[in-house]
Amino acid sequence: MFSFELLLDAVVIGVLLGCFYAAVSLGLSISFGLLDVPHVAHPAFLVLAAYAVFFLNEHYGIDPLVAGLLITPLFFLFGLLAYRLYYETFEKRGSDAGVRGIAFFFGIAFIIEVLIILQFGVDQRSVTATYVGKAWRIGDMRIPFRLIVAFMVAAALTILLTLYLSRTFMGRAIRAVAQDQEALRLMGADPIRIKQWAFGIATAVLGITGALLIIVAPVEPTLDRTYIGRTFCVVVMAGLGSMSGTLVAAIILGIAETIVLTLFGASWAPAISFAMLLGVLAVRPQGLFGRRS
Amino acid sequence: MKRNGVFFWVGAAVFLIAIALMTKLITNEYPFFAGYVILQFIVLAVAWSILGGHAGYVNFGTSAFFGMGVYTAVFLFKVAGAPLLVQIAAAAAVGALMGFALGLLTLRMQGIFFSIATIALTIVIETSITNWRYVGGAAGIQLQRPPVTWPFSGYVQMLFFVQAVLVVLAVVVSRYIQNSWIGRGLQALRDDELAAECTGVPTLRLKVLACVVSGALMCAAGAPAAMYLQYADPSSAFNLNYSVSTLAMSLIGGTAHWAGPIVGAILLGTTQQLLTVTISSEVNVLVLGVMLVLFVVAAPEGLIGLLRRVRDKRREGKQ
Amino acid sequence: MTPPDTSAPLLQISGLTKRFGGFTALDNVSVDIRPGERFGLIGPNGSGKTTLINCISGAFRTEARTVVFRGEDITQLPAHVRTRRGIARSFQIPRPFRSMTVVENLMVALDFAVATDPLVSAAHRHETAMSILSGMGLASKADASATTLSQVELRKMELARAMATRPKLLISDEAMAGLSSSEVDEVLDLLMSLADQDITVIMIEHIMQAVMRFSQRVMCLDAGKIIAIGAPNEVMANQRVQEAYLGT
Repeated sequence: MFSFELLLDAVVIGVLLGCFYAAVSLGLSISFGLLDVPHVAHPAFLVLAAYAVFFLNEHYGIDPLVAGLLITPLFFLFGLLAYRLYYETFEKRGSDAGVRGIAFFFGIAFIIEVLIILQFGVDQRSVTATYVGKAWRIGDMRIPFRLIVAFMVAAALTILLTLYLSRTFMGRAIRAVAQDQEALRLMGADPIRIKQWAFGIATAVLGITGALLIIVAPVEPTLDRTYIGRTFCVVVMAGLGSMSGTLVAAIILGIAETIVLTLFGASWAPAISFAMLLGVLAVRPQGLFGRRS
Repeated sequence: MKRNGVFFWVGAAVFLIAIALMTKLITNEYPFFAGYVILQFIVLAVAWSILGGHAGYVNFGTSAFFGMGVYTAVFLFKVAGAPLLVQIAAAAAVGALMGFALGLLTLRMQGIFFSIATIALTIVIETSITNWRYVGGAAGIQLQRPPVTWPFSGYVQMLFFVQAVLVVLAVVVSRYIQNSWIGRGLQALRDDELAAECTGVPTLRLKVLACVVSGALMCAAGAPAAMYLQYADPSSAFNLNYSVSTLAMSLIGGTAHWAGPIVGAILLGTTQQLLTVTISSEVNVLVLGVMLVLFVVAAPEGLIGLLRRVRDKRREGKQ
Repeated sequence: MTPPDTSAPLLQISGLTKRFGGFTALDNVSVDIRPGERFGLIGPNGSGKTTLINCISGAFRTEARTVVFRGEDITQLPAHVRTRRGIARSFQIPRPFRSMTVVENLMVALDFAVATDPLVSAAHRHETAMSILSGMGLASKADASATTLSQVELRKMELARAMATRPKLLISDEAMAGLSSSEVDEVLDLLMSLADQDITVIMIEHIMQAVMRFSQRVMCLDAGKIIAIGAPNEVMANQRVQEAYLGT
């Protein structure tokens, strides 16, 4: 039976889970939300990061969060490169960059999936760390440590990125490039380099959130497909490019998923984010806290 | 123009006669088994291009239409033992309805947002089917083929022939659209919806029409797959690979001409069949990804586009 | 010169208001346009000129009976139906069909906007398109891709495409922006010749000489309101018009 305790339970877990979803969506909130890059390979990059963390954890016994930090610079470079390629092949040529870009990133996502399968096989993989598998009990409620770790890192990341985008020169330039590329050019800044930098940041964040992904639950090579729904749902619902909106939207998704999971079972879970995404696109495409009209 | 038409219809007839002869003359089942998949992808790619090529709306929901085709067939077969043709006709109707809904979506979203919405639609439908016990749920469902009817010697041969008929149907429709005012209207709205509307093009009606036709054909192409595999499960029937393969085939061939998707489907389809048999299905997906990236980057107009460019160059050279 | 006031108006705008969120782009605008009139529409940037023609041509929907064309309320009609009823327009920034040739651009209009007689062959429609292009001095560019045209050619092609819909009312939205003075004269002559063919023309323009030369009547919008309407000289002499333009 569905009781008040169960609902409370679902809300608490949902909020924690939502913060985690916010963390994995932050990068997309920059790349798609601010830079208009239809980055459907974002979740594939995320899963790739999770496997890199798995590799470091399995072979060198490195703590997953530390491993995540270690690969962050690598992912930053990877992001710089990816944007350069995208810019040279699509944005520079102009017409229908978005639509062909989405096909391009789907191709990239498929390539990453297969490379992971060839290297690690199709089985689920997980990491070992002291905080994986334990739980914190309050009364009847059981809150897994891994969710709490994810929650804390996610909260820290969101705050850091928000501060970065609002307080630093580069961060403000990134926001400006999303608003008006020409104005920036007139001020003597190179919008392409700023966008490339922003894409680098967006990808770098995936290093640490990839670690969260594999801490929260075991990963498999095609996990990215589920996360296309979750991340795009969060970013579109947030209203493209809003960091605080991302957090709120992700929490809404987290709670919705947990409640549906409790009420109807796990088999409905994959559809929640996609259904919400569809709903938002159809009813309020500018998102809940939208930047666009 | 006229002579072209005669060539086309003779070609279509020769194609069907050749297919029919094949089913009589070749006794080994394997060529039909492999060829069926390629024919199926031709239908999907040609149907996809009606919306994706002419109208420029990139639909990532091919797998939703394909999967609904499969499950329409499964449902009708389980509930009434409906014959193959009824399964296909019903699937086409379901696809047309889905296409109608998709067409209305274009009212609210364009470009990337439309594409993302079609992915979302696919997963939502797949999850619903997964939770529908009657058609097997997540575990899937086994199907027993009924005895084959005259004049075919085996069920696979019959499916092969039926899919070939669907190919001809899809190509005829696509060619008609390309050469008629519908094609010109779709092309106009792809270039600029507002300008098209202000030039008298009923953009919404044309988009819905393209979605309905494209959807009906894709769904119909999926229907025989249930009997082909004698099995259906949601995660394979709605696999995103169908969407991406179809898209890749259309892009590789080029969507500027109705023949483009056929060329793309034959090329990529054959490669995929060979790779799956000789190496593994993973490498097959890898090749799909690489080809997609390569063509989108290097030859955005596809092979047809490359061909046209070469021809134009040569013409300029002559002048 | 001035057409008699007794004829029924071709286009009646009455009490038209258009808001976007909290911003009022058009505030209770009313004006009648007479058949055959050459009507100039001026006003500073953001004054609501383009919004007004978007409301007339159907890109924006408005309240019932605010836009009446040839005696019929057209506010509930989508843009393509309005085009078929006889309202054509060009765009401030040209919007050609890029994947088509110039003559194909016109064929779209002939295929869709004109009530097609099935007996009229494609060849005949092609002829019609060519004769419109010749009239615009674009015949030599008929088979060129729309993307290869110069700015002035693009402007002319847009007017030709609009003409191919056989309009009763043609709205030209800054068709002369960014052109050289000799090109401005060319386009102006074209618009004059259209007006001679019994087509009512609403011209939005920033180039004052062009407006003065072309218009029988001029209306000036500012912040969504009509601040002056009448003969060109009177409107130009109007204190508020000068203030709006000079920002004093």
